[in-house]
Amino acid sequence: MADTTPQAVEVNCETGEVITRDLTAEEIAANEKAAADFAAKAKADADAKAAADAAKASAQAKLAALGLTAAEVAALVG
Amino acid sequence: MTKGPTLIASNTVGSGGVASVTFSSIPATYTDLLLKASINSVNSPYLQFNGSSSGYSEKLLYGNGASTSSASASGSYFNWAINGYPTANDFASNDIYIPNYASSNYKSLSSDNVQEGNTSLVSLDLDACLWSNTAAITSISVSGNGANINQYSTFYLYGISNS
Repeated sequence: MADTTPQAVEVNCETGEVITRDLTAEEIAANEKAAADFAAKAKADADAKAAADAAKASAQAKLAALGLTAAEVAALVG
Repeated sequence: MTKGPTLIASNTVGSGGVASVTFSSIPATYTDLLLKASINSVNSPYLQFNGSSSGYSEKLLYGNGASTSSASASGSYFNWAINGYPTANDFASNDIYIPNYASSNYKSLSSDNVQEGNTSLVSLDLDACLWSNTAAITSISVSGNGANINQYSTFYLYGISNS
């Protein structure tokens, strides 16, 4: 079975030596936490964008119902 | 000494990708550092110095051709200072300039990076960064933020001298 342990590359600028090694257990835990945090933030960002888009659409519909033209709505809400 | 930029070290990520790329034992013989990186990664990568996880703050100006925005952040790494492109075969380009990296003052640096994948995802980030730490920068790490930095991503670290 192929080794699926995440790896790190270290380039020593003094010697030029390049070491590719498996992440330590501590680094793997930190990596997994970073992945979870990144996914959570991506979901939060997507949720916030969806909420903002929905609010914008609602505002546009309410303005149109008040009798504003499409150009007038676009001037106000974009 | 030549004024440079002088290539100190480089790395091209190999098959399978890596979780992080670190330049260690950076000599203090230059005045400034310049990191140029071309990155493909699913998650947005981040940058740390000397293995430290504190003292990072940054201010971002972002544009994508349709809208612009700005933001501020602080935390355990620089997140906006370096970018990757998340889809296959496309790469984000990054230039990170680190003046006076060996001084005993806090380190202010600038970053510009772009994503252009010939798709709907196009962006330009300008980032003003401050690492509130007086230690000389001796190592620079780029992490894939929980995902791999993918094959063919490249990293070039240059030194620039004012004498």
